[in-house]
Amino acid sequence: MKHRWADRLSLERLAPWLVPLGLVVLWEVAARSGWIEQRVLPAPTQVAVAFWDTVSSGMLFHHVGISFQRALLGLLAGGGLGFALGVLNGTSRHAELLLDSALQMFRNVPHLAVIPMVILWFGIDETAKVFLVAIGTLFPVYLNTFHGIRTVDHGLIEMARVNGLGRAAVFWRVVLPGAMPSVLVGLRYALGIMWLTLIVAETIAASSGIGYMTMNAREFLQTDVVVLGILVYALLGKAADVVTKSLEHRMLAWHPAYHSARSAGG
Amino acid sequence: MGNSTSPALKRVEVTQEPVSSDVAPVVDADAALGRPLSLDGLHVAFGERKVLNGLTLDIPARQFVAVVGRSGVGKSTLMRLIVGLDKPGAGEVRIDGVPVNGLQPSVRLLFQDARLLPWQTVLNNVGIARRPGWREASLAALGDVGLVDRQSDWPAVLSGGQRQRVALARVLVSHPSILLLDEPFGALDALTRSDMHALLERLWLQHGFTTLLITHDVSEAVLLADRVVVIRDGQITYDVPITIPRPRRRSDAAIVALQSKILEQV
Ligand SMILES: Nc1ncnc2c1ncn2[C@@H]1O[C@H](COP(=O)(O)OP(=O)(O)OP(=O)(O)O)[C@@H](O)[C@H]1O
Ligand SMILES: [Mg+2]
Repeated sequence: MKHRWADRLSLERLAPWLVPLGLVVLWEVAARSGWIEQRVLPAPTQVAVAFWDTVSSGMLFHHVGISFQRALLGLLAGGGLGFALGVLNGTSRHAELLLDSALQMFRNVPHLAVIPMVILWFGIDETAKVFLVAIGTLFPVYLNTFHGIRTVDHGLIEMARVNGLGRAAVFWRVVLPGAMPSVLVGLRYALGIMWLTLIVAETIAASSGIGYMTMNAREFLQTDVVVLGILVYALLGKAADVVTKSLEHRMLAWHPAYHSARSAGG
Repeated sequence: MGNSTSPALKRVEVTQEPVSSDVAPVVDADAALGRPLSLDGLHVAFGERKVLNGLTLDIPARQFVAVVGRSGVGKSTLMRLIVGLDKPGAGEVRIDGVPVNGLQPSVRLLFQDARLLPWQTVLNNVGIARRPGWREASLAALGDVGLVDRQSDWPAVLSGGQRQRVALARVLVSHPSILLLDEPFGALDALTRSDMHALLERLWLQHGFTTLLITHDVSEAVLLADRVVVIRDGQITYDVPITIPRPRRRSDAAIVALQSKILEQV
């Protein structure tokens, strides 16, 4: 009886993997037998070999490291500024009056459209990429922080004031935690935009990074490296998502949607 | 809610000795805090609509006054004036003879909804002001309302009555001289509500704060208060002392008679 249950459980776990696994096998067979031309798509095993080669030569880590650094710097600058502006405009009507309409105007410029301008300003050095990522991530964080702060339950703020909390305490204990779910939504958007911006920027104008690695491989028809680059981007995107999810679980543990245990434990 | 009823609460329910309300109740050491409150010619208007129109009321220290009146008559508006959230267009609120200006540390308001911070545990909600020694004080207040065992829960997992008791503990922590209750039990079922009545009466007898309870429920008013006032057309139009000895029973003939007398005036 017990044995059967275990069988069922492992089958249920395996089921979602069956289709992807089948597709990979099909792809391998098709590529090996020549149905799919090498120039179009290399076999999965070839991609695996490319992965091993680039890892052992240190090339992969070099490029991933550089891309990661650009992504992080851009996010810190853009997200940080967006958060600060969101807090400022969310808490002060005067600041909103002064800054919001200008920000809304800039927001409507697609940030990738300024690439030619950015290349003129910064050439193809690091600043260009970091700058692009920064302006790409600024607005989602700004908008969601602003919105989060403005939609904090006014009744809670009033309650806090009646219970003797000063302005700073109201901000740190009521306004900011209340806005946090929205801020994190902004961060998730920003992470998506961060990778997208980096892919575009690195493929157009760069001499290092994953985007450069794939573009360079394209020139030499190394489709295996190109596919590898795409997979690395996908993995980095996934990793960013996992990080924000765990961040949400930590910071929003109070939220009924994230209750894992009944008790908050002190 | 039943299992967490504290022994002291039960004692109030079963006491047979009549305690005359014009004799000062026995109070504990940190009690006798109650302070006199006077409302002098209060005027409030929202645009063209006059809500309070020269409302005047004098409340001696430690008296328990119930305020009844139709919906929209200005009861919550009055509470906001006393606690210092809003300013009257004309007239004065005086505590101990001193006109109030701004939020009052000696006055606490229990809102109709509990207004707990969802991102703080029950204990941290009670000690929201984080005064020195807040942990001990909060635990004591939670003990008063019979919820010590829920101190590390998130508010989201509490029942409506429990949330309201946490809110009650939060106002008790600061040992208010004047306690304002804006229909705090309106959303509760009849059984929970009568538990809350007993709890409030016990805490009032024990701590001795001057109490102003807003209610739609005339029987609640007659059951708990030393004095019932009716607001109509922005003024106190009816003011009746309740001298029925405590503890009172809902079915008592004198209570029922008073109830219908007051209802005629609302
Ligand atoms: N900020 C405001 N702006 C405009 N009108 C207001 C405002 N606050 C209250 N009012 C009006 O003042 C009147 C009294 O409101 P208040 O909330 O004091 O009534 P209430 O007696 O507490 O009613 P209820 O028993 O339904 O809670 C209402 O007509 C309401 O519409
Ligand atoms: Mg009201």
